Amino acid sequence: MAKKKYWQSFTELNDTEAHKKLAADEFREELPFESGDGKSFTETPASRRDFLKYLGFSTAAAMAAASCETPVRKAIPYLNKPQDLVPGVADYYATTYVSGGEAIPVVAKVRDGRPIKLEGNTLSSFSRGGTSARIQASVLDLYDTARLHAPMMLSGDSRTAISMEAADKDILAGLAGGSVVLLTGTISSPTTKQVIAEFLAKYPGSKHVQFDAVSYNALLLANEATYGKKVIPSYHFDNAKVIVSLGADFLGTWLSPVEFTKQYAVGRKVNQKNPEISKHFQFESMLSLSGANSDERYTHLPSAAGTVATALLSAIQGQGAAGVDGKLKAGIEAAAKALNENKGKGLVVSGSTNKDVQIVVNAINEAIGANGTTINFASPIQTHQGVDADMETLVADMNGGKVGALIVYGVNPAYEYYNAKAFTDGVKKVKLSVSLNERLDETAESCKYIVPSHHFLESWGDAEPKAGFITMLQPTINPLFKTRQFQDSLLKWSGSAVTFDTYFKNNWTTKLGSPTAYNKALQDGVVETPAAVAGAAFNGAAVAAAVTAANALKKASKNELVVYQKVSLGDGKQANNPWLQELPDPITKATWDNYIMVSPQFGKTELGIDISDAHQADKYEVVMDKPLLNFTINKKAYKLPVLIVPGMQSNTLAIAIGYGRSEKSGRAANGVGQNAYPFLSYNGTTVDWSTADVEFEKWDGEKTPVAQTQTHSSYEGRHEVIKEVTLNDYKKNPKLIIEEREEEIGKYGGIENYTKEGTLYPTYDRPGIKWGMSIDLNSCIGCGACSVACTAENNVPVVGKSEVLRFHEMHWMRIDRYFSGDVHDSDSIQTIFQPMICQHCDNAPCENVCPVAATNHSSEGLNQMTYNRCIGTRYCANNCPFKVRRFNWLDYTGADSFADNQLTSGVGKLDDAVFMMNDSLSRMVLNPDVTVRSRGVIEKCSFCIQRLQEGKLKAKKDNRTLEDTDVKTACQQACPSDAIVFGNANNSKSEISKVRAENNERIFFALEQIHVMPNVSYLAKVRNVEKLSAVHHTEDNVPETEGKKEPAAAEKH
Amino acid sequence: MSEHRTIAKRILFPVLFFSLLFTTSSALAQDGKALFKANCAACHNPLKAGTGPALGGVESRWPSKELLYTWIKNWNKAVATGDPYAVKMKDWSPVAMTVFEGAINDKDIDAILAYVETAVKDAQTPTATAGQPVVESDNSLLYGILTLILAVIALILLGVNSNLRKLADDKDGIPSSEPIAFYKNKAYIAMLSLVLFVIAGFFLVRWGIGMGREKDYIPEQPIFYSHKVHAGQNQINCLYCHGGAYEGKHANIPSVNVCMNCHQAIGQYTGSAGPLYREDGTEVNGTEEIAKLYAAAGWDTIAKKYTGAGKPIEWVRIHNLPDHVYFNHSQHTKAGKVQCQTCHGEVTNMDVVSQFSELSMGWCVNCHRESKVDFNDEKGNGNKFYSIYEKFHQEIKEKKRDSVTVNDIGGLECQKCHY
Repeated sequence: MAKKKYWQSFTELNDTEAHKKLAADEFREELPFESGDGKSFTETPASRRDFLKYLGFSTAAAMAAASCETPVRKAIPYLNKPQDLVPGVADYYATTYVSGGEAIPVVAKVRDGRPIKLEGNTLSSFSRGGTSARIQASVLDLYDTARLHAPMMLSGDSRTAISMEAADKDILAGLAGGSVVLLTGTISSPTTKQVIAEFLAKYPGSKHVQFDAVSYNALLLANEATYGKKVIPSYHFDNAKVIVSLGADFLGTWLSPVEFTKQYAVGRKVNQKNPEISKHFQFESMLSLSGANSDERYTHLPSAAGTVATALLSAIQGQGAAGVDGKLKAGIEAAAKALNENKGKGLVVSGSTNKDVQIVVNAINEAIGANGTTINFASPIQTHQGVDADMETLVADMNGGKVGALIVYGVNPAYEYYNAKAFTDGVKKVKLSVSLNERLDETAESCKYIVPSHHFLESWGDAEPKAGFITMLQPTINPLFKTRQFQDSLLKWSGSAVTFDTYFKNNWTTKLGSPTAYNKALQDGVVETPAAVAGAAFNGAAVAAAVTAANALKKASKNELVVYQKVSLGDGKQANNPWLQELPDPITKATWDNYIMVSPQFGKTELGIDISDAHQADKYEVVMDKPLLNFTINKKAYKLPVLIVPGMQSNTLAIAIGYGRSEKSGRAANGVGQNAYPFLSYNGTTVDWSTADVEFEKWDGEKTPVAQTQTHSSYEGRHEVIKEVTLNDYKKNPKLIIEEREEEIGKYGGIENYTKEGTLYPTYDRPGIKWGMSIDLNSCIGCGACSVACTAENNVPVVGKSEVLRFHEMHWMRIDRYFSGDVHDSDSIQTIFQPMICQHCDNAPCENVCPVAATNHSSEGLNQMTYNRCIGTRYCANNCPFKVRRFNWLDYTGADSFADNQLTSGVGKLDDAVFMMNDSLSRMVLNPDVTVRSRGVIEKCSFCIQRLQEGKLKAKKDNRTLEDTDVKTACQQACPSDAIVFGNANNSKSEISKVRAENNERIFFALEQIHVMPNVSYLAKVRNVEKLSAVHHTEDNVPETEGKKEPAAAEKH
Repeated sequence: MSEHRTIAKRILFPVLFFSLLFTTSSALAQDGKALFKANCAACHNPLKAGTGPALGGVESRWPSKELLYTWIKNWNKAVATGDPYAVKMKDWSPVAMTVFEGAINDKDIDAILAYVETAVKDAQTPTATAGQPVVESDNSLLYGILTLILAVIALILLGVNSNLRKLADDKDGIPSSEPIAFYKNKAYIAMLSLVLFVIAGFFLVRWGIGMGREKDYIPEQPIFYSHKVHAGQNQINCLYCHGGAYEGKHANIPSVNVCMNCHQAIGQYTGSAGPLYREDGTEVNGTEEIAKLYAAAGWDTIAKKYTGAGKPIEWVRIHNLPDHVYFNHSQHTKAGKVQCQTCHGEVTNMDVVSQFSELSMGWCVNCHRESKVDFNDEKGNGNKFYSIYEKFHQEIKEKKRDSVTVNDIGGLECQKCHY
């Protein structure tokens, strides 16, 4: 029998002593109780007396706190209540998330006048209701304490708040000087484009420059060269049977990840009757989210991207993969073969920022018939139109004194431009500089005037992310501060008397024909006129030259650095969002930091840490401190922490942008990580995202803490919580998973009778509803949108880096990431993600051990947690096999009645980000239907009980039975790959029952053998590969420890 | 407008039912009063123009009684006849009249009109019906004094008894120990401390449990608003002001614009419900209280216009639940069909509202134990939501149970209220 081996950390891989100890101690430190003489609390001779003293004091304190007079509470109704508003009942408004060019239709839940949650707009045919972590978190940006409250002016060295009128007067005077440059991110909004055109017309000689922090200029230029169109086509991953990505992280960050994930998930769904899924090849240098989800993955140096592309082209043309060797060659040929076999059903995308490489990729796509099938030129993606050369010209012009006035909106070149100093120097030479950004970011700091714009949830507008797909913005709240929408400022400065809301309304009423149609468009949030999929005429003249150029890309002497975007922070515009900062990175599971990712080989040769050696793995992994190295990158010195990540190409280093923001950008972003934008460089046509100019000193042993969460929860040797099969094995024997389960629980009645025969306890009826959730591991891509959605919905507190370092993170939904394969062979690494939440066990171990019955079971199958009853013994957390219970170690929310409960000195000092979340402004994001937990209580996933109760009530009020549409958990709704299905399992017609019945071959429960009877079921992952890295055949010399598959027997007695 | 209509509809059915119950052919005007209060009083007054015109002498103003009936039932139809008076009345106010078609019949209208005429007549011969506030005597002090006296007597008797015994013993020559004063007697002291401990413990625990509970809480409100006058005397339906109780979590205190729907026309308190008294016994000038509302609304009584200088009224909240309790009104009123009075008491008899129920967890739980859910049956009665409870349906069929309580469907589980 084959055995599997999955690991979350290197210590687990080697099953070291330290790992076992760590697993046994759920929380890694001693309780900080000390008596006066420095001895531990239990050792002191007078501990009983002290105990009584503490007891007496706490009783007296509780009495004192409780016996205060009941406060007089006021109820202040509206003076004139808006007709459609009922206090306490949420309204929903369709609007659009806009950031860095990206525009995704969303629906905002507005409770008593304030938006508290965003959901994807299901009426949109391209985003299909999908969201990302950043979209989910963006509602918090509205209540960001770092937002500017009023226009500001720099006088001398100090900045003072001024009135809007005063600002307008000064700016209008300055604009009259001419040579105005409007610098924005990509604007896809048709109405805004009109406003900009009017503004430019008012000031002759002015121009509009679009600058993208993450530029896709190479795509634009390549398409211009081969198709004669300077556009980015839209892609159809759902139509592709073979997907080849050359370093494009299309599931995480590349171009339009929400749309692509939705499409990708279509091809990854396994139909039990006809199990066919798409085949995904990934060729990359670092381990990206897309790479982690791919079937076949091959690594190469970043500078070899051109060679890989040309090799793939030649392989497809039947000339074999030239210029590469070994596994990579085999991989390219396998990909070429698959593409050739699926002509018109293949798609190749490349994340390269090199124009020549993109031309080669265009030639490949042309050769495999993707043009017009999986690549659609009829509705180009319009979210990234920035031309890198324009920005170079602008910076040169500014420094040359050719720019009279600069207006910046929506971009932050003083941070995002690779040569920020040249930009800020240039701004100093411009007579009038105005920033319209929301906060005092790096660019605003260099500008003379700041006229802050609204947050998108306060704005009117539209966006056209794809040609023919328009999405509308409408305000969901009155502006919180004295800010003015960007378009309003432009209208004002172009001498227009109308405000933008009127302008926008008139514009759309005319376009759509009637006010009714306009209202309908606002209500729906989308106006779509999709065109049929169409290709474009290919002109191969540029290909030959591009092939030569791509092959001739500079090779590094040894190590190369690649700069990437994190799924959580992206380009860094939302860096001051504590929810995003605390979201563990899907791959490294690190929070609150950026770092250099290196390969295990690098660790062995350069750092002297061989992570396949148990002792050294311990030294590296068990402590939170990671090596700190002195780097010289692009001739500048940096001190950066280093993380060893399997799956990294041996000589590739990777670092994420979005960190290292200035102090005034916000309290959460302040002091977190370092800015990686300076590592980019301009190659004469486009901005390069990798550099070979990397040197480092020999490691002197210096370390710095990095808050990773991967080792925080251990299953203590119980196997397996995940199951996977290869597509071929599954086709051959569809009962593979069932057989595996039977092997585990066969002794106790088998799958059929396990519920009753596997236990001594009685079983209970579920007379009405029995809630159930199914999570498809084949669809889950590990992006973390669910985690943030859960945080937003359930008021999950932010704890800050120092607390994550102490294993105190509070996420109700964590995504476990498992590796399998040989750590020293980056191509063999396979990654699997498993969303882990409270499993709502019907035979829950936590319930039995609670001394005060604060956690117990409901007749609907919910494992209930009652905060007001909990006394914080944490027995339940200790007894939870899935380690999903979270304890409020400190007063993270400021919810306690003791005023100074947060002012802990020494151990337990809270980070500023926690206090930022406790600000009365930030607290406006809290969901009023969910209790804000105080210190000393356990909390965990409730299956969004507030939504279940609301859904049931809705059905009761309508006098009908419960339907699937009534209840959706926050994670389910946020998921861009539709991996989560939830509903009433007692109803045979519900979606959850159907999913479980239709996938009965793949269904499994985590740790089924211990008979906790979870209400969360998983569907096994099916990989479209030859063999699983996780499977070792018995002749392999794998340590035998993980082979023990009888914990159930041990548990039972 | 439609909102008002739906509210009117909601009010209408219970009112109709009510009126059917009390219909007796003899007292037409009495029925008329109830009908008038239920249907018309929100906008009309027999004597004065309000949201709608004054109704006194309405029959004489209309060209025919049939047309008047048509107008009252559905004014649109009356306008459609083209009658000039109906057309004129259409523009009397921008606020359209509620459509009562199907809700009231000609007989009801006769009753209302009869009441209107008597009301006009009564107004011409005013009668003072000043009521006196009833002061209820409290006997507990009396009983306390009585108990104390009895206890003292008992103690004296005990003392006398022991002295007598001592005398008798002396006489008989039985040596007796030196008497111990009762305050030094250890047995007495032990007994007393035990009793005190039990009493103190009892009160301490009761005080501890009751901490934060505010039964009978009756704070002073910024405006002396009498529910007795509005909901009692004028029979305004609870939902007219507290419409949220049927729609969501909060019943909601009405916004000032809701008050002004009627009070645009009603500027003074005529004493219809008798004089009003505060808790401390001082008399309230109702008209002055209405003036406070005008100040809050920014209503210029002379120009009959809003000045725009309004300010929301800061009412003192009476019913407070702890933060860790989720309570949804609509769950109880709309889904559970619980009457407002069950928890809030006879508000129609309260001048200033006080907290009627304990609002403690025990109080909630008891009700959840006893209350029956609106379980559906084969005839189509009850809430269809409960059709999923097959087990209970089966048991009802087999006569094993006759009803299903909130408890049976999990109404006592923690996360029904705490999340």
